[in-house]
Amino acid sequence: MSGAPRHRCCGEFTRSELARRSLAEAGRGLPSIEPGMPAPAGTGLNRRSFMLRSGALALSVYGASLLKPQAFVEGIAKAAESQGKVLVSVFLEGGIDGLSILSPVADDKYRQLRPQLRMAPGAGPAWSEDSRLQWHPSAAPLHQLHGEGKVTVFPSIGYPSADQSHFTSRHYWEVGELSARTNTGWLGRLLDVVGSDENPLQGLSLDGSLAPSLATGRVPVAATWGPSYDLWAPGVWGDVEDLMFEAFRRLGVNAEKSRDAHLSGAGRVVRQAETLRQQLRAFSDEITSPVTYPDTGHFPESLAGLAAMLDAGLPITVASVGAPGSYDTHDEQAEDFRNYLAETCDGLLAFQRDLEARGLDDRVITLAWSEFGRRPEENGSAGTDHGAGGNAFLIGSGARGQMVGEWPGLNVLDEDDNLRSTADFRAVYCSLIEQWFGVDADAVIPGASGLARPVLIG
Amino acid sequence: MSVPVYRGRFGASQAERLLWRAGFGPAPGEAEKLSRKGMRRAVLSLTRPKGKAKLHGPAPHDEDGLPLAPRDAWGHDLLWWLDRMVRSNQPLTERMALVWHDWFATADVGQVALNLKQNELFRARGLGSFENLLLAVTKDPAMLVWLSGNQNEAGAPNENYARELMELFTLGASNGYTEDDVREQARALTGWTNDWDDDLGMINFRYEPDRHDDGRKRIFGKTGNFDWEDSCRLCLEHPAHAGYLIERLWSYFVPVPAPKRTLAALKKGYRRDRSIRRVVEAILMHPSLYEGPRMVKPPIVQIAGMLRARRNGIATDSWTWIADQAGQRLFQPPNVAGWDEQRWLDTARISGRWTAAAYNTRDDEEDTDTYDEKETASEAVRKALRFWGNPSISDKTRAELQRFAGRVEAAATADWQQGTYRALRQNALRILIVMSPELQTS
Repeated sequence: MSGAPRHRCCGEFTRSELARRSLAEAGRGLPSIEPGMPAPAGTGLNRRSFMLRSGALALSVYGASLLKPQAFVEGIAKAAESQGKVLVSVFLEGGIDGLSILSPVADDKYRQLRPQLRMAPGAGPAWSEDSRLQWHPSAAPLHQLHGEGKVTVFPSIGYPSADQSHFTSRHYWEVGELSARTNTGWLGRLLDVVGSDENPLQGLSLDGSLAPSLATGRVPVAATWGPSYDLWAPGVWGDVEDLMFEAFRRLGVNAEKSRDAHLSGAGRVVRQAETLRQQLRAFSDEITSPVTYPDTGHFPESLAGLAAMLDAGLPITVASVGAPGSYDTHDEQAEDFRNYLAETCDGLLAFQRDLEARGLDDRVITLAWSEFGRRPEENGSAGTDHGAGGNAFLIGSGARGQMVGEWPGLNVLDEDDNLRSTADFRAVYCSLIEQWFGVDADAVIPGASGLARPVLIG
Repeated sequence: MSVPVYRGRFGASQAERLLWRAGFGPAPGEAEKLSRKGMRRAVLSLTRPKGKAKLHGPAPHDEDGLPLAPRDAWGHDLLWWLDRMVRSNQPLTERMALVWHDWFATADVGQVALNLKQNELFRARGLGSFENLLLAVTKDPAMLVWLSGNQNEAGAPNENYARELMELFTLGASNGYTEDDVREQARALTGWTNDWDDDLGMINFRYEPDRHDDGRKRIFGKTGNFDWEDSCRLCLEHPAHAGYLIERLWSYFVPVPAPKRTLAALKKGYRRDRSIRRVVEAILMHPSLYEGPRMVKPPIVQIAGMLRARRNGIATDSWTWIADQAGQRLFQPPNVAGWDEQRWLDTARISGRWTAAAYNTRDDEEDTDTYDEKETASEAVRKALRFWGNPSISDKTRAELQRFAGRVEAAATADWQQGTYRALRQNALRILIVMSPELQTS
């Protein structure tokens, strides 16, 4: 929805504060960072992440004169050692029209249901796994990666008795079960099993608010706007700034102990914010990417930042980024759909190439998903209403690259005239948890034992 | 069966909570003054304000000192409303507009004037009859565009508004309706349209009988030739409606569910005349509001509250991106379900609130060259609390601030640090107070 420019926070102030701070600290004779110096002991951060940063801030990490090293350092060290697997969740908001990503262009029923919105035969490349279907031209990057065996396609994914409310259906996908009451996300519960008590970065939302799928019951997680995080206090620097953040953290810890739920929650977030600030102050948001990303704003910037953060050894296990645009295309669908899908797929291709160039592609896999597909029959406004079975894609060098489920066809629809689903998202989650992270899905997904385990990896 | 009324002490701190929950926090001295009315009269002064709202304090302007242009300049829609939140002497009117902006969440439809017009509707009808409000919203131009009501015509129904009318506006998800009801409601709602003018944009929103599907429809088991007003009334008469409305309205003011008997009494009262004012009055006088747990302040309430406490006017465009960063860009709710009140706080939102605090203190930065070199820790904390109009804080939070102030003094060893560190300490205390978990809540 928001097409407006997004300001970066107070860059000028930060820069002038930095200049002041580095003068003040340099006056006290703190060491400066030179190439070749070892990384700060115990942080687990590799040298590269420190060299990315301008001198002044890195100084304050070295020279934290008044405060003991924080516990987060352990969390970083532990996670960085493992160089573990990473899952990136890309949400295509609004319910994407699967029939326009992979279209049965020669199907009579399709032509009849989609008089205005149908894709022309030959407009995009055919899909090698099912010759009835043809890629949307904007999805060409997916076609390319699929040809390299790096995309597992779910041609009609959903769940039994699909709910056509955005919010209910999205909620199910976020929490990983068909329950309106669950208030932890499936990735959050995964982190509760494999995560650390001190590392908010392990679950990172890059869109400026926490993705519900990352909501944990126990361990900390983080939200940032893109790959940076800082808190700027005007007229506070040096020792006083260090002490201020220590006090901020203590205010958080105190409140967290309260029995008052909202106060305790506020305290927890304050503590996490201070830990995150310490984790990311040593990482520069001036990213240098080995590949060129599209210049379409927040989505490619976030993916580029994420790749750089992983390359710098930051301890991220799951990350969430929203795809650009909204796919809730009730009217005049064609143009918005074309543009948003192109931005999304171009960004995902650049991300994959970036990971490959950095040698990280065997560690990172991306799941692109939406809350449902759309009604096969277009509505009277050159748009489509809410449907059921939709598309999802698992992208990465580790993906098996063979479709899961099949395209169900248009001749037999469900009781609401929507596409029947041929894969269950909960089964996909179980497979990812087990095949990618090596964790027993029973500990994360309710009813896991009754769900299938499609082969996704390898 | 009646709704319980709070009978405890109503001092400045209770009045302070009321002003945060039903408004945007107190200006200096305002809580004290309100408390002298007693709880009942204090609530009525908010729910039944006399005459037109007056705006007190400095007139808003943008970065360049120019008046706001809410229809034309990017972000000025938010500044315009934030100014009313900060300066209006009828804060509940603005707070109710915020409730309805969230309830009937409509994002920028590409023609800000339409969104502003909808906003006036929420202000004018926010405490009246919910039936009138719902009917007005259903044919409101911004809503007609936002949920495709202007595209919904006989023979080519569009389900967008029909679904949210039930799911979000009147009944709750899957709460006593079926997918068939969604489709039939869409038919009943057909008929609205508008024209396009190359200069003026969308104009002339109207109901055209020719575009209306006048066939028989079956909705909630009733059959008839229903139109858009029937569609709304069927929802209001649905047995699930009163409960949905009461529970949701309650949740904007009190963070724990209403007691069962309270709920039953509120539902019964509401069914009589669908008066929003009476429900809100009962909630604001309820013991749960004063005796119950604290509640996270919505980001825009926190931001407006800081400005009120400082008696600062709108003097920068930055509030728009700061409110966005803090998680509540007015006129841009994340989707038609509005903001997620359960998730106001995460690390990103906290950094937005922090930035808002920084923008409320940056113009009053203390001078390191002239600052009192002898100021004690207690004096420093008192001064910083005064800066924010003396908000009530717990002893524990005060002790933590005091500890910080003492630690700074201990760190100031060199002569040059005595005044300098105390100036920095004052700047830091102001941020710490307003960013404390306690003051993120009320």
